[in-house]
Amino acid sequence: MSDTFKLNIDGQEIEVPKHYTLMQACEEAGAEIPRFCYHERLSVAGNCRMCLVEWEGAPKPIASCAQIVGDMRPNRDGSAPIVRTGGAYVEKARNGVMEFLLINHPLDCPICDQGGECDLQDQAVAYGRSTSRYEENKRAVEDKYMGPLVKTIMTRCIQCTRCVRFVAEVAGVEEMGMISRGENAEITTYLEKSLTSELSGNVIDLCPVGALTSKPYAFNARPWELRKTSSIDVMDAMGAAIRVDAKGDAVMRIMPELNEEVNEEWLSDKSRFVWDGLGRQRLDRPYIRENGKLRAATWGEAFEAVKAALSVGADKIGVVAGDLIEVEQAKAALDLFRSLGVKNTDCRPAGAQYGTSGVREHYLFNPTLMGIEEADALLLIGTNPRVEAAVWNARIRKSWLWGNLKIGLIGEAVDLTYPYEHLGTSAADLDKLTSTDFFKVLKDAKRPMIVVGERALCREDGLKLLETVQRLSQDIGAVTEEWAGFGVLHTAAGRVGALDVGFVPAEGGLATADILGGELSTVVLLGADEADLSKLGNSKVVYVGSHGDAGASRADIVLPSAAYTEMTATYVNTEGRVQMTTRAVQPKGEAREGWAIFRALSAVCGKPLPYDTADQLRALLRGKEGENTVFSGRGYAPGARGAAALSQPVTGVSGTLSASPFEASVVDFYLTNPIARASKTMAECSALASRLDTPVAAE
Amino acid sequence: MALRRFDLEAGGESFAFKPETEDKIAFWRGKYPADKQRSAVIPLLWLAQKDNNGWLSEPAMREVADRLEMPYIRVYEVATFYTMFRLQPVGKFHIQLCGTTPCQLRGAEDLKEVCKREIGKQMYVTDDKRLSWEEVECLGACVNAPMVQINDDYYEDLTPDSFAQIIGRLKNGVEVAPGPQIDRVNSAPEGGAKTLTDAALFDGSRNAISKLPNLPEPAAEASAEATGKPDAGAPTNVKREEPTAGKATLIDTTSKPEATKDGMSAPKDKKD
Repeated sequence: MSDTFKLNIDGQEIEVPKHYTLMQACEEAGAEIPRFCYHERLSVAGNCRMCLVEWEGAPKPIASCAQIVGDMRPNRDGSAPIVRTGGAYVEKARNGVMEFLLINHPLDCPICDQGGECDLQDQAVAYGRSTSRYEENKRAVEDKYMGPLVKTIMTRCIQCTRCVRFVAEVAGVEEMGMISRGENAEITTYLEKSLTSELSGNVIDLCPVGALTSKPYAFNARPWELRKTSSIDVMDAMGAAIRVDAKGDAVMRIMPELNEEVNEEWLSDKSRFVWDGLGRQRLDRPYIRENGKLRAATWGEAFEAVKAALSVGADKIGVVAGDLIEVEQAKAALDLFRSLGVKNTDCRPAGAQYGTSGVREHYLFNPTLMGIEEADALLLIGTNPRVEAAVWNARIRKSWLWGNLKIGLIGEAVDLTYPYEHLGTSAADLDKLTSTDFFKVLKDAKRPMIVVGERALCREDGLKLLETVQRLSQDIGAVTEEWAGFGVLHTAAGRVGALDVGFVPAEGGLATADILGGELSTVVLLGADEADLSKLGNSKVVYVGSHGDAGASRADIVLPSAAYTEMTATYVNTEGRVQMTTRAVQPKGEAREGWAIFRALSAVCGKPLPYDTADQLRALLRGKEGENTVFSGRGYAPGARGAAALSQPVTGVSGTLSASPFEASVVDFYLTNPIARASKTMAECSALASRLDTPVAAE
Repeated sequence: MALRRFDLEAGGESFAFKPETEDKIAFWRGKYPADKQRSAVIPLLWLAQKDNNGWLSEPAMREVADRLEMPYIRVYEVATFYTMFRLQPVGKFHIQLCGTTPCQLRGAEDLKEVCKREIGKQMYVTDDKRLSWEEVECLGACVNAPMVQINDDYYEDLTPDSFAQIIGRLKNGVEVAPGPQIDRVNSAPEGGAKTLTDAALFDGSRNAISKLPNLPEPAAEASAEATGKPDAGAPTNVKREEPTAGKATLIDTTSKPEATKDGMSAPKDKKD
């Protein structure tokens, strides 16, 4: 028995693997098969019947999405079965299917948000009749409430059940279903409660018609009038591929783009709906605090004020970088402050114990996000991927659901949408790991994966934990030549990039907690709004950032910078993958890109930086021709290439593992950064989630 | 079929199975392996409906979902799919009136009028909470059309008068006998049997059949000259197995006394 099967598709002999569906085989042969219900990342439903093809000898047209090639049989004379994807027979079949689909579909394309990017619209043009023969009343369906993100116009629904399958299979919360039957069938959530998934926005993309559309985007724009820009998301450390759709000066919506290695084609709700935060609470000009109040100032005034604030002596200055900092800004700021002799620079959260050893692999997510699909055992330590990297959590679920992944968790016992073995809540429980059954699972696994949450490394025992886990990964054979099974899952998009440019305390410098402790005269915050600013005391605060948030309200001088959709900037995701955003709209008002602010400031301070354009800066980062630096390659994750470095032991370790439980790193999934906190949509989601007391909110 | 939605108000906050139902639940769950317990969802919903005065409330549905560890939406899908799960309260006596073709031809429309007159519109529960009705599809008693089902019993061969009488009795708490409401037993003919009434059919006296058709003629008779008959040509199907007297399976009391063992043979009294 061979594993392949010969088919004759449209007169062309083709050999495909037996597990292929007929649809895949037809596409392999170059034919285009229309479909509504079929989606390659969901289970096969076979209920829209749009993908009908002709199989010579079969009594009826075949739904190609549900026909496995291996189940087909050759012709009587032994020749390959003949399949036709066009011709009168197929066209008539599809025409009939389309006519039935349109019987109850309203003719409201002119007021439908899906208009212009609607599968049904496109396919009706290609396969439908020019007019309707239906003279009865169309059915009407009540609209359903599904929360603040998904708007429903259920009369448009064609019952493809893509959304139901997505929510059950990928998002892992069974909250949507099809109730009643026949003509009365309706898609709904249970008793119209809102969806609690942090991936719920994806049903909008999946819906082939305009039944599920984006609530915040409703009636705001038409797809053909939007300027589409491919970019990178910064809401979490995954760096998902996104497309920023802008009209004029405003970002109108954010959609996922396909990046098989990072986000597949999904996007978390925070990344998708945060765009209204880009238009609110913006810092659009410099401010200087006078008599307790911020007053608008010019750049010149602001720079003079900063220069004055920086004239206190290098050891009295501290710089803290925030979660969303781009590599260019981190590099320019670091270059400037180092040239001023400042040692107190840090990009890590208070208490962080990692990132100073010089071994990049010790803070990267080495197994790569896609690696979870090859892994057969996963140990999560002090992390909750459901809120820290929602899309990756769906991928863990995928590996568990379709593969044979076994998962263990040390940390807070939360609903991760898949079952796991709960092995403890604190770092000290790692010592007991060897006596558990799961240790045997890890040891026997071919490709075990150990993931430590960044937050778990920001405790007193952080370094000890890192060392313990590094040793553990060696013990269980997680690090081999082609597999680097140990990684740190970061929560901030800018962290790894800033670490890569060396934004850590110089020899003898202070770390975040001490910089913010009130001892220094001047503290520069680079969008550091998540850090605890309450102990700053009398320090003079210079805030560089895009949104008026915690940092700006404490600041004495505010320098407005561009947000991630307003600049072409480099971000390094948690895997160490160097990616770039693209400018979709102009920065607000007088705001400038972060690196340009520090370039200008360096001239004011009399220590001009050696680059005048972002390209020169990036060239510096990339290094000379042929030189291999972190930034010389773009778009790929180092993965197993770092296995050798990963074997280096963690040094400078002392103390023991603490028995106090790991704390949640993300208190509110929807409000983790200044942009999200400026967003009305996110505020609504957050309020709803905390009221529902769903796992997402409770964590 | 109208839109089916839970009556959330009437459903209240909670539901509990009756203690005596637990055995039945265990019986149904016992039919399925541990990882396929959700297969028992329909029987359990049915039991819940029985324990909840004939309708399925939202708390009752949730109880079933919790017991089978199913997401609520999955049970909700099942409960709304099958119309025998009623999502609104019904009366103590819930009348399901068959309106499918045979019953309709035999006067179900008139019975509907009776319901509308005596009770009200479909799924309306009378003020005394005793009666409600709905039209359903075929209940499989066409031979006794028109018919209704009241709770668990069939009431058949109805006329508007007899049906109104039944409703009246139920209203007043008088007992009603289920089954055909005319002079007939089950589905037997009205007024007793009209065919197959000859007693000889059943006493075995007609079993002694002397000759079966298609048996080969005795040789003596075949030799007689048959004038006017077409010339007997060669048989077209020579391979055909000729039936013989010994192989015949007719009821022949004289030659098959041993066949009584399997209970298929003629009555014993024929031997005399």
